[in-house]
Amino acid sequence: MAKYSTNEFKAGLKIMLDADPCAIIENEFIKPGKGQAFNRVKIRNLKNGRIIERTFKSGESVEGADVVDVDIQYLYRDGDFWHFMMPDTFEQYQADKNTVADSVKWLKDQAICTMTLWNDLPLSVTPPNFVELSITDTDPGLKGDTSGGGGKPATLETGAVVRVPLFVQIGEMIKVDTRTGEYVSRVKE
Amino acid sequence: MNAQWAPACNLKQLQCRAQMLSKIRAFFEQRKVLEVETPLLCHSTGTDPQLDFFSSAYHCSPNNKQMYLQTSPEFAMKRLLAAGSGSIYQICKAFRNGESGRFHNPEFSILEWYRVNYNLQQLMDETIELLLYVLEKNKSTANIKVLTYSALFEDITALNPCVFCLQSYISYAESNDLTDAISLCGKDHSMWLDFIFSHIIQPQLDQYPLCIVYAYPAIQASLSRINIDNPAIADRFEVFIKGIEIANGFLELADRNEQERRFDQENEVRRSKGMMLVKKDPYFLDALSAGLPECSGIALGLDRLLMILTNSHSLKEVMPFPFDRA
Repeated sequence: MAKYSTNEFKAGLKIMLDADPCAIIENEFIKPGKGQAFNRVKIRNLKNGRIIERTFKSGESVEGADVVDVDIQYLYRDGDFWHFMMPDTFEQYQADKNTVADSVKWLKDQAICTMTLWNDLPLSVTPPNFVELSITDTDPGLKGDTSGGGGKPATLETGAVVRVPLFVQIGEMIKVDTRTGEYVSRVKE
Repeated sequence: MNAQWAPACNLKQLQCRAQMLSKIRAFFEQRKVLEVETPLLCHSTGTDPQLDFFSSAYHCSPNNKQMYLQTSPEFAMKRLLAAGSGSIYQICKAFRNGESGRFHNPEFSILEWYRVNYNLQQLMDETIELLLYVLEKNKSTANIKVLTYSALFEDITALNPCVFCLQSYISYAESNDLTDAISLCGKDHSMWLDFIFSHIIQPQLDQYPLCIVYAYPAIQASLSRINIDNPAIADRFEVFIKGIEIANGFLELADRNEQERRFDQENEVRRSKGMMLVKKDPYFLDALSAGLPECSGIALGLDRLLMILTNSHSLKEVMPFPFDRA
């Protein structure tokens, strides 16, 4: 993998740090007029999501990380593994529990997700921003209540629990924003 | 304006810049300081290992000449001073390789001026007057802070910046979440000072609308004179506006031998870091031999000053064509 000089640092660049792939979030070049130049960098560790700050001596170079985002279709779960397929090449990837992490509660068969690959191995999975899922369990609400005030918890087919308005019933499809975990609307079939 | 051909800055910035420059010229005209021009492309350049330069070949095959874009007009202006020009100022471009960021552009505008028979205090006073004039501020209400490097450094870190005690620097780093400093700086006292100053101290200067830090540790003398009464400090000051480094002033070193010794030391640092050695500028050294008058001088970053004047967040907001559009 290519090396990058601190002079090439910018938000989004993927580099290796302490043997983990990381993404640069923010890069500040600091240099006293007559002194040593530094790059103060805010970095996300792509394996555990943690954000750290590091300082580099300007002019140093670091190893790039072979990290790419691909659109990929979720197929099925098989025990401890979740299987995905590239829609164009039919190449399959399997991701473990750490990799799918919280995304698991939004994964529905056939959904096109974003998978981050590091050296061609799955690093993380991001579900689509909006998913449509059916409600498998929720308290029966009062008929005619359309206010939505307060709402109630509803369990979805994937196991996720979201707050929905009182009028939404078991068996109905709803649209959810996976970034916030919030109910958006009912889906007319 | 998103297209790359178009200026990055708002067109109003062009007027603000022109206004700033005409004020500066008026300030110096009133004080009978002569505006001069010196070459930006020279046969020599400085040895400072922290200042990376651009170089290019002048074609006169087969004996092409290596030429250097100046990181500041200092040497040539001092040659004018040695020749008897009297107090002079220059507004020009300066070039520093590898410097790019919110507060850095590889090509930038500099105001540099020298005052014959001024001591450091007089130059500090004049710098304040110029800045108040350009910023249209009143001295009594400007809340100007003037303090020594040591006082500032010790107040914030409890470390002595003039005496290097590695162990106390390391324990300071460990207890202040600066562990990167330990591996980066090693036993390099000057780099420790740069690290702590830029990471911890400078950010805290943002509370001051105008702050002058003077009496730098002797190891950070650069081209300034070592204080005659206290060899631990250098006759150097820096100006910060809201935490942004804006200018750097010296009581100018006039001793040729001392100057040559510093060039040699810097080249030694270059050698130890595997950097290219730099030929000592013979014209500049000969000018010092001929006799540089007692003088103080200062360089001020004009693009940064314009940033402050216009409340901008980055140099890109004040330059029509910053590096990526140049």
